[in-house]
Amino acid sequence: MMVWIILALMTGAAVLAVLWPLGRDRPEDAAGETATDAAFYKAQLAEIERDAERGLIEPADAETARVEAGRRLLASNRRARAIVAADPGAGRRRLAAAVALIGVPLVSLSVYLTIGHPALPDMPLGARADRARPDMSMAQAVARIEDHLAKNPDDGRGFEVVGPVYLSAGRYADAERAFASAIRLLGESAARLENLGEAQVGLADGVVTAAARASFDKALGLDGRLVKARYFRAVAAEQDGDKARALQLFGELAAEAPTGTPLKARLDEKVAALGGAPVSAPRDETAETLASMPPADRMAAIRGMVEGLDARLSQNGEDPEGWLRLVRSYMVLGEAEKARNALARGRAALALDGAGLKRLEALGRELKIEGS
Amino acid sequence: MIVELGHYALVLALALSLVLTVIPAWGAHTRDAALMGVARPAAFAMLFFTAASFVALAAAYVGSDFSVLNVFQNSHSAKPLAYKISGVWSNHEGSMLLWVLILAIFAGLVAWRGAAMPRRLLSYVLSVQGAIAAAFFLFILLTSNPFARVMPAPFEGEGLNPLLQDPGLAIHPPLLYLGYVGFSVAFSFAVGALLEGRIDAVWARFVRPWTLLAWAFLTLGIAMGSYWAYYELGWGGWWFWDPVENASLMPWLAGTALVHSIVVMEKRDALKVWTILLSILAFSLSLIGTFLVRSGVLTSVHSFASDPARGVFILCILVFFIGGGLTLFAWRAPVLRQGGLFAPVSREGALVLNNLFLAAACAAVFIGTLYPLALEAVTGAKISVGPPFFEATFLPLIVPLLLLVPVGQTLAWKRGDLLGVLQRLSAAFGLAFVGTIIVFATTRGGPVAAPLGVGLGFWLILGSLSEITSRSHRRGASVLTVLRRAAGLPRAAWGSAIAHAGVGVTVIGIAATAWGVERIATLKPGEQIALGPYQVTLEGVVPRNGPDYREVAALMVVRDGDRVIGRVEPGKRTFIARTTATSEAGLLTVGLGQIYASVAEVGAADGSAGVRLYWKPWVLLIWLGSVAMAAGGVLSLSDRRARVAAPARRAVPAAVPAE
Repeated sequence: MMVWIILALMTGAAVLAVLWPLGRDRPEDAAGETATDAAFYKAQLAEIERDAERGLIEPADAETARVEAGRRLLASNRRARAIVAADPGAGRRRLAAAVALIGVPLVSLSVYLTIGHPALPDMPLGARADRARPDMSMAQAVARIEDHLAKNPDDGRGFEVVGPVYLSAGRYADAERAFASAIRLLGESAARLENLGEAQVGLADGVVTAAARASFDKALGLDGRLVKARYFRAVAAEQDGDKARALQLFGELAAEAPTGTPLKARLDEKVAALGGAPVSAPRDETAETLASMPPADRMAAIRGMVEGLDARLSQNGEDPEGWLRLVRSYMVLGEAEKARNALARGRAALALDGAGLKRLEALGRELKIEGS
Repeated sequence: MIVELGHYALVLALALSLVLTVIPAWGAHTRDAALMGVARPAAFAMLFFTAASFVALAAAYVGSDFSVLNVFQNSHSAKPLAYKISGVWSNHEGSMLLWVLILAIFAGLVAWRGAAMPRRLLSYVLSVQGAIAAAFFLFILLTSNPFARVMPAPFEGEGLNPLLQDPGLAIHPPLLYLGYVGFSVAFSFAVGALLEGRIDAVWARFVRPWTLLAWAFLTLGIAMGSYWAYYELGWGGWWFWDPVENASLMPWLAGTALVHSIVVMEKRDALKVWTILLSILAFSLSLIGTFLVRSGVLTSVHSFASDPARGVFILCILVFFIGGGLTLFAWRAPVLRQGGLFAPVSREGALVLNNLFLAAACAAVFIGTLYPLALEAVTGAKISVGPPFFEATFLPLIVPLLLLVPVGQTLAWKRGDLLGVLQRLSAAFGLAFVGTIIVFATTRGGPVAAPLGVGLGFWLILGSLSEITSRSHRRGASVLTVLRRAAGLPRAAWGSAIAHAGVGVTVIGIAATAWGVERIATLKPGEQIALGPYQVTLEGVVPRNGPDYREVAALMVVRDGDRVIGRVEPGKRTFIARTTATSEAGLLTVGLGQIYASVAEVGAADGSAGVRLYWKPWVLLIWLGSVAMAAGGVLSLSDRRARVAAPARRAVPAAVPAE
């Protein structure tokens, strides 16, 4: 409510600034140009007097200058016409007043209501920190740790604490830097290397890059039981098109995973997708239906889904996620030719989407598809 | 709420600028005093609401209100307060708001000082000013709104580009904009005169202070930008003929010509049409400068904003005002009463020569800057026009001009006596000549042009001094009388002398760069290298921490013989929020020269550092001279006397013209 009152007052002030001079009688302007011109040339004459008195110019020069100034004054008098002072312009003035009274609020309100957000309050950081909002405490903690790290960049423990928060927030670049710093400062450990790898995968939009694989391999060299590292190694094998190895790695993980957990469900899905036997009941319906089919039918069903995606993207190609999935799917299905074709079409469809195109190119390189 | 009130204030300022465009011009056209009376209050109100809007945005920056998109993108809560404030204009949207705020300030100032001005002229001037403001308000609101909000509000900002987190950059844009936008007043006066169909000495009298003010600010802005590039970009150069630099040089050259031609007009009622044209051109070049920098057509260190929609919008503004101004000029200029003719050998004749040279130099820079862009737009070919072009075209135009400056300063109005002038300048010329010989004899290395350049600088400084002394000196007068008379000289005379001497100082600084020494080396800790007259030793490479960056610094000691004269500590900084690196030059000022060090590579296993070292004798003169030029301009502007040329009656040295 308050905001509307102030907006109204501001509008009123703006309108008044225009109306007020229109309502004033200004006899002093009636003299018009002549007055200001005369003042100017009189000042010039006075100046010449002063200079002559101080001896800055010779008396004869002063005389010439005086004559010149006087001549200009006369010339300006001849040119000038009086300015209309009173009544003939009454209609004009009413029109001008109407413009101010209606035009100013009309323009300002119609523009502002289109682009403004009058109901939105200010949110200075100080005021927000006072409000206890649970979802912000984590962000605040991160901000505080960042502050601390900016001042003490040699505190490896700080990086180790903040890294997982970055990971879960999807800030992969920050996460990668944090874990790299922690490793640099505190030395390598299985957990740090594993997290570093995960951040690197996140940075590459889910592609297990060579760098990420090196991190996971190193981590597994220190501790062979790490679940995340093994999972991503399996994903890497899958992305390489090495289905047998991927199936084996996922199968091992699925066998170890406790039943009823999301991890278990996800692993079972993977195994099923790769054509392996389900280790236990899969979670969602599609996968369930798929899993219950005989292997040949299952492959056909999966192909059908991929082709559906293909058809959809052919019609509406502005979907980087879709293209990434399609290319990856064809590679997993072992159809390098179709993958290459999808990559090329995706590239064309995403020509205007710089970020999406970059991700697609990266995927192409990562999967070693020719022509990328 | 403050943010939204600021947003609304900006919209109201737009509405008022439209009123200011229409009503006073209508009043002036119909000679209606009441309608013309709207001009001043409307200009004040527009200034008030624009300022309120700017303050609201600044408050959002200071309070780190990340619900404002612009604040989120360009600020960070951990940033020092000074950079939070300078962050307001370090980005595209905020800098355009600053641009239009300065425009409103100039409109307000004209309105404030305008009580003594002829009413119709004032009304036309403020109307044009309102029209320019309206175009930029629309530009801001439609394509670059600094008050756009984000919901939900992020918790931390993305930080300011570290390259821009620097005191130089906090001051450089406001100064430059004060210069650019200041020329809008000259433009408005020119268009006003064309609309009114009347132009005379009174017009020149009222436009002169504004032009001088804009020119002085532009001079400072360019000098500041040049110094910033010198110490921040790490190449040790002070002028790169970069298109962005040229964009500010072009209005400066046109403005310099304008400042001089206005004097002719005020004193002699001549050069009217040319002055009008220059006024239009100076502001047009300012607009082109804004366009080049803001539209992102250039890709260089300066272009941190690019968006085709914006570029097209600015292009439309450009076409409208430049095209409109020139069309109006072609249509109305013949109506203006021509001023009197004058003799070629006279002060005004010399000023015409000055204008010719400056205009030609400006055209050379214009072609060198815009030709590559036009070529790329038409054929797609990318060519780069670099220093060789500008040295081949700009220097041959500027050097003769500088040689003639003292002669022009000494010539009398109306009828000059070239022989008498040369006699009076013979002492200055002789001293400059001797100075050149001394410089030639005492320096080694460097091209022959360098001592000649220094000699040119001497000639400019001594020529300016000679003007002051000859005006205060009478045969047989005591020293006290001479000093009293010198102090009694008009401030405009002093201003002109100081500004021209400033040119000389800058020329000496530029010429002296030829004696600079450059060394590129990889130094191990403890290793020493000779740099001109000095020896530089690398002590070691150490990591350091700043408030929001980490730095690897190369610590170096500078010795003159065995005596330690100082240290330089160039470094490479990594800013944490943006993970960008900048290189920080190490500077040691020795007299008026500087030792400049920057780091190319650090972090080798043996602790060595790849460094670039420069010894730049007298380099500070380049910027000190610019400051003197600006100071001269301000001094001259503070001289509020009405001026008329008293002609030299006879050509005797004793007959001195009153400034």
